[in-house]
Amino acid sequence: MKTDTDKPEESPGWFDRPENVRKVLVGLFAGCALLVLVDLVFWMTGFDKHPYLRWEKWPGFYAVYGFVACVLLVLVSKHVLRPLVMRGEDYYESEREGGDDDA
Amino acid sequence: MPEGLPPAAIYLFGALVVPFLEGRARQVFALCVPLAGFANYFLISEGVHWTFQLLDFELVLGRADRWSLIFLNIFTVLSFIGILYVVRDNRPLDLSAGLLYAGSAMGVVMAGDLITLFLFWEMLTLGAVMCILARKTPEAGRAAYRYFLVHVLGGVVLLAGLLIHLAGGGGVAFDKIELAGPGAWLMFLGFGINCAWPVVGAWLTDTYPEASIGGVVFMATYTTKTAVYVLARCFPGEAELIWIGVAMATIPIFFAVIENDLRRVLAYSLINQVGFMVVGVGLGNPLSLNGTAAHAYCHILYKALLFMSIGSVLYRTGKSKATELGGLYRCMPWTCVFCCIGAASISAFPFFSGFVSKSMIMSSAAAGGYTVVWLALLFASAGVFHHAGIKIPFFAFFSHDSGIRCKEAPVNQLLAMGITAFLCIFVGTFPNAFLYGMLPNVEASYQPYTVGHVTDQYALLLFSALAFTLLMRAGLYPAEVRSANLDTDWLYRRGGPAFYGAMDRGLNTANAVAHRLFVGRFIGWLAHLARSLPARLAVLVMTPFWKASGIVGDALDARKEAFYEEVRLGAIPIGATAAFAVVLLGVLFVF
Repeated sequence: MKTDTDKPEESPGWFDRPENVRKVLVGLFAGCALLVLVDLVFWMTGFDKHPYLRWEKWPGFYAVYGFVACVLLVLVSKHVLRPLVMRGEDYYESEREGGDDDA
Repeated sequence: MPEGLPPAAIYLFGALVVPFLEGRARQVFALCVPLAGFANYFLISEGVHWTFQLLDFELVLGRADRWSLIFLNIFTVLSFIGILYVVRDNRPLDLSAGLLYAGSAMGVVMAGDLITLFLFWEMLTLGAVMCILARKTPEAGRAAYRYFLVHVLGGVVLLAGLLIHLAGGGGVAFDKIELAGPGAWLMFLGFGINCAWPVVGAWLTDTYPEASIGGVVFMATYTTKTAVYVLARCFPGEAELIWIGVAMATIPIFFAVIENDLRRVLAYSLINQVGFMVVGVGLGNPLSLNGTAAHAYCHILYKALLFMSIGSVLYRTGKSKATELGGLYRCMPWTCVFCCIGAASISAFPFFSGFVSKSMIMSSAAAGGYTVVWLALLFASAGVFHHAGIKIPFFAFFSHDSGIRCKEAPVNQLLAMGITAFLCIFVGTFPNAFLYGMLPNVEASYQPYTVGHVTDQYALLLFSALAFTLLMRAGLYPAEVRSANLDTDWLYRRGGPAFYGAMDRGLNTANAVAHRLFVGRFIGWLAHLARSLPARLAVLVMTPFWKASGIVGDALDARKEAFYEEVRLGAIPIGATAAFAVVLLGVLFVF
């Protein structure tokens, strides 16, 4: 466990090295590729995944759904929701200045 | 005592005693209360205990069955973790609030009738308000006030529903209630306010981030989960709940993506997860209800873990906003690891707790043919990994280096997080060890670890991570911005003051107009009338007599004016007054 702070001779953290970040990314890409591959093998061999719905049998359904869902989630949040609801950080505080708050 | 004590009694006693103790004694005592609660838990056997007669009603403080005991179990476990987390600073308000809150929640789940339920329900609000006040900032004071007002409203709605229900002959039984008639609907809504339903639930994301770092651990555990419990008891299988739950699971994740305060992001994901439980209640079959209980159990653990890890960051750095944090894995490595375990659990990675509970609800939806519900929940599952599973650890501990170099969290906080993290992994890896054995419906069995389920779940999650990575690298991910995002809390934070202002202007203007008209004009006119009317009448009465006695013209006018003044000023000669009196008495005598 770390005991003290502000050590000037601090070495760069593990994630500060670009080659380490690249390792993580390569791992992620490899994992994604492997899972699609496994799903394809299941589909071709007719392995029973105990699906409830017919889409679950489609190879790569979960992969595509997860990816598309997240892209949609981010884009809708950024381009639809944020323009609608974002206000200044002191939106609720500013009302109080001339108000009747007792705090 | 073979049946132990009412759990609420132990905790409320503890909450009352804590402020009177000092120093180490207080810390030891506060930690002993949950331990006593835990020992007591094992003494409670299934059945009905601790009944009292109040007027015509029989109050039941202990209905112990599989439903109440699994909630009592996790509430007790969490009370120890929460107290351990806050015990270092030894502030009586933190410790007392936590114990009171825990005791009230246990009172609700052990209640066997609606009146006992209501009493403990209201005490929950008190505990929560104390947990917010324990932050001791002006913002927390205002947030506590808002929390209190919203929950008083919720309590009144529940009480109104309860009274209508009782008056309609519904009885005090805390069991399934048919959702028909105003009484049942009001109770339904009252529970829903505490459950953070859409529109009425914005109090949660408004106030939780303002609570103390320990207080929010209790808050994330008790209020919404007791609400889930009472919904599961009173309204299982109500189809409305399915769609309410879907809305809870999906809508908040959009807000979470653009939210800057990481504790508020956690609050949004809390609603998202409770949404799954509400869907489980709405589906109302044995498997989905088991899923609700199991998910509540797991959710309490990982949500507490996430709030504790970000709480420790706040404790050490004074900051909880994504824009101000980053790179803390260097100086808070253990907290970082625990946060990642919480993140993996809420994201339902195989071998972490969320995986073995959420899937029951989703399988149940799919098996029941609720295709749209299932697709929405799958979307919410990908979304929760995206905004809570990745965003929370990423912006706090990785991302850009904020330059902050702080100490690791204190030992007691690390211990509390470590125990919780262990439980998250243990429950997720060995669900049959104790979690599945405690579920309410023994007839519904479930096997989460099938090859297909594991690979499908990994595919969903890794491709969500891939989406995050690609969006981040392409610069498409919304930058963290210091901002406030509007939600329905606007209704009372801005709408409330606006309503007050409108009432102020509207009613006070009406008041001023009324004042001017009535006090300023009408009263003066009335006073004038009161003085001049008798005089005018007297002049009217006397004029014929004067005319008869030959007074006319200017002399008559002069006489009238003089007499008018005399009567108005009350300066009539005694003789005249006496004459009037005699006439009056005569009139009275005749009639």
